[in-house]
Amino acid sequence: MTTLLYLIPVALFLGALGVSGFVWALRSGQYEDLDGAAERILIDRDDKPER
Amino acid sequence: MSCCAPGAEMALDLVNTGSVLPSSQEIRLASRSLGDDLHQTDLSVPTVHCAGCIQTIETALGKLDRVESARVNLSTKRVSVRWRGDEVPPFVVALGRLGYQAHLFPSEVGDKDRTLSDLIRAVAVAGFAAGNIMLLSVSVWSGAEGATRDLFHWVSALIAIPALAFAGGIFFRSAWNALRHGRMNMDVPIAVGVSLAYAMSLYETINHGDHAYFDASVSLLFFLLIGRTLDHVMRERARTAVKGLSQLAAHGAMVLRSDGARDYLPVGEIEPGMRLLIAAGERIPVDGKIIQGTSDLDCSLASGESTPKNVAPGEAVQAGVLNLTGPLTIEATAAAKDSFLAEMVRLMEAAEGGRAHYRRIADRVSALYAPVVHLTAFATFLGWMAVTGDWHRAITIAIAVLIITCPCALGLAVPIVQVVAARRLFENGIMVKDGSAMERLATIDTAVFDKTGTLTLGQPRLVNASSIDPAMLAVAGDMATHSRHPFSKAIAGFAHPGGQYKFDAVTEHPGFGIEATGAGSTWRLGRRGWAGWRARTGGEGKHGGTVLTKDGFIVATFDFEDALRADAKAAIGQLSHAGVSVEMLSGDTAGACGEVAEMLGVKDFVPCLLPSGKVERIETLAKDGHKVLMVGDGLNDTPALRAAHVSIAPATAADIGRNAADFVFLRESLLAVPLALDVSRKAGHLIRQNIAIAIVYNAVAVPIAILGHATPLLAAIAMSASSVLVIGNALRLHGFGANATLQVIQKVGRSAVSYSA
Repeated sequence: MTTLLYLIPVALFLGALGVSGFVWALRSGQYEDLDGAAERILIDRDDKPER
Repeated sequence: MSCCAPGAEMALDLVNTGSVLPSSQEIRLASRSLGDDLHQTDLSVPTVHCAGCIQTIETALGKLDRVESARVNLSTKRVSVRWRGDEVPPFVVALGRLGYQAHLFPSEVGDKDRTLSDLIRAVAVAGFAAGNIMLLSVSVWSGAEGATRDLFHWVSALIAIPALAFAGGIFFRSAWNALRHGRMNMDVPIAVGVSLAYAMSLYETINHGDHAYFDASVSLLFFLLIGRTLDHVMRERARTAVKGLSQLAAHGAMVLRSDGARDYLPVGEIEPGMRLLIAAGERIPVDGKIIQGTSDLDCSLASGESTPKNVAPGEAVQAGVLNLTGPLTIEATAAAKDSFLAEMVRLMEAAEGGRAHYRRIADRVSALYAPVVHLTAFATFLGWMAVTGDWHRAITIAIAVLIITCPCALGLAVPIVQVVAARRLFENGIMVKDGSAMERLATIDTAVFDKTGTLTLGQPRLVNASSIDPAMLAVAGDMATHSRHPFSKAIAGFAHPGGQYKFDAVTEHPGFGIEATGAGSTWRLGRRGWAGWRARTGGEGKHGGTVLTKDGFIVATFDFEDALRADAKAAIGQLSHAGVSVEMLSGDTAGACGEVAEMLGVKDFVPCLLPSGKVERIETLAKDGHKVLMVGDGLNDTPALRAAHVSIAPATAADIGRNAADFVFLRESLLAVPLALDVSRKAGHLIRQNIAIAIVYNAVAVPIAILGHATPLLAAIAMSASSVLVIGNALRLHGFGANATLQVIQKVGRSAVSYSA
């Protein structure tokens, strides 16, 4: 029973971490071109990765 | 060359003979300044579809002078190019050379879709809350007792609060808005159900009750938000794409003041009496009269007629026409708000009534659904009160009814099908403005086509190329690359790559043709009477007779004909097969219409129509009980596009026409029309099936809830099952779409072959 007292907050914290990660990715425009992202992995590039 | 643009060399010909490339002024007007001498231009490139395309385009454009960067967005099929300097880099031409046709796409400053990111964030929050509460609920269902159960309920209540406030806010606001205006919508039962369930659960938790409905109320929100988001994506994505595809009417003009000063004024500030300077390649912004200069005008936007019109001082010109060959000075005779363009907009607004009565299937269903749900829940409450007199039990069961009838499946049923269908169409180069367009298209029984620019390409094509001496054809081709005239573009397709003939000087004589000197000879390409100054001329052909002369003697004669749009005949055949009667309307002469009609096998056609005549014809058809699909491109078709039940325009259509149309097809093939019809009808079937599934689900689940047997576990399972069923059913459209894609590719391949032959 006492384990629940810290396990539940930990679970919620990890979940919240996931949500905030998702929101961050959304804001930084990573969902704007999903098809492109899937295809770009096939392109060879000599230069540095794009920002 | 890219892997996936088969016959890109051929596409080069297509581009040359194909659509009018946007001029650099147009491109500059459509670009957005990023400050620091940097500009961004967005282009829509419908044929991009794989990693090869991305790489080809990005590297080729990146190599151009002054181009800072080029980035392809594969989802929206756009390319954004960032460039420096005043001069526009030739990226449209470069794309054409690679085999990709590009359309201009004016970037909007605030083009980030706020609502969508709000919705997605709400989905994320609701999903997080639903997941966690579900976990806790599973523990309760599997037998947590006493203090543990209470603890779990309290934690659930805490998690649910932000979820309801944040994610539920979308529904609460909408429901409140509807109620305040005395209406009902689907959000009202959702809002009532969710908040009642929460309040009741809280009451249960405080009183150490066995069951709490937190999971139900939050996962209900989660599912509904998914549906809401899909619906939004479907409408917004295609709508902005359609809105953005712009070839731009004139935005302004150079005004010549009486003291000789020149000002660039926006269209709205141009007044009658002002003198305007129109350079070759610009559109005329307002109605006016020519006072100086001669030129050829492309009136296809205004009249649908593709052959350029030769104009001289004293003639009246209409707003929207494209000045092709020489600079003109015109005197404005009307302000922009009184011009031909504005007249079309007025006609269009007047014709709007045609579809005003249409209501989306989802709206119609939910109008019935909401009252029924509320009445059922209320009757359940009254019934249990009457039977047991236990108000707590009565309310609990009434809430279970409210939740189990949740319009989850219904909320997902329509948007999910429409998103899948729109995706299929988008992959085939067809953009849909909103879901109701597909619903309307599925019901049509008559299709009305405009002739010029729709059934035909609206661009002249050289028809006697095979009978012309290839050497002379090459000379003409090289000369023609120096001009924007539609005939020149048609001939320029036969130029040698790189230009075989070296001319000393090439000059364009507006209204007459092109003169080139080289190796001691004077070549002229143009009007028979002008070019053949030493030959005995006469016998002016159908289009005035275009000839190539060497030192005044005619060495080649060119005949032009408007080419039929690819697959026009096949498209009309498929429409007839689908039980749609086809008719052709045109502003052109009866002779020209008859010719095209016969070639395509269209029985009914009405020639010599004014824009208002087309609207009247469509209204007559509508009065006879027909649901009419209008397919047209010109400015003159715009009122008709609006008047029809549903409308389709090619991407080459006038800006205003594209905005009036419900569907826009980006590729040349007219097979887009039967394909759109087919997908829409299939989507209509699936939507009705999905609604049926939702109703059957309710018919089974509601009695169980009314009888008081609905535990939270049962409600959650039933709700999820119905949603999954609906989604699975919608995905069946996927398989169908894949076949259709294949068909179109095969057809396009075939027509490209016949084109080159």
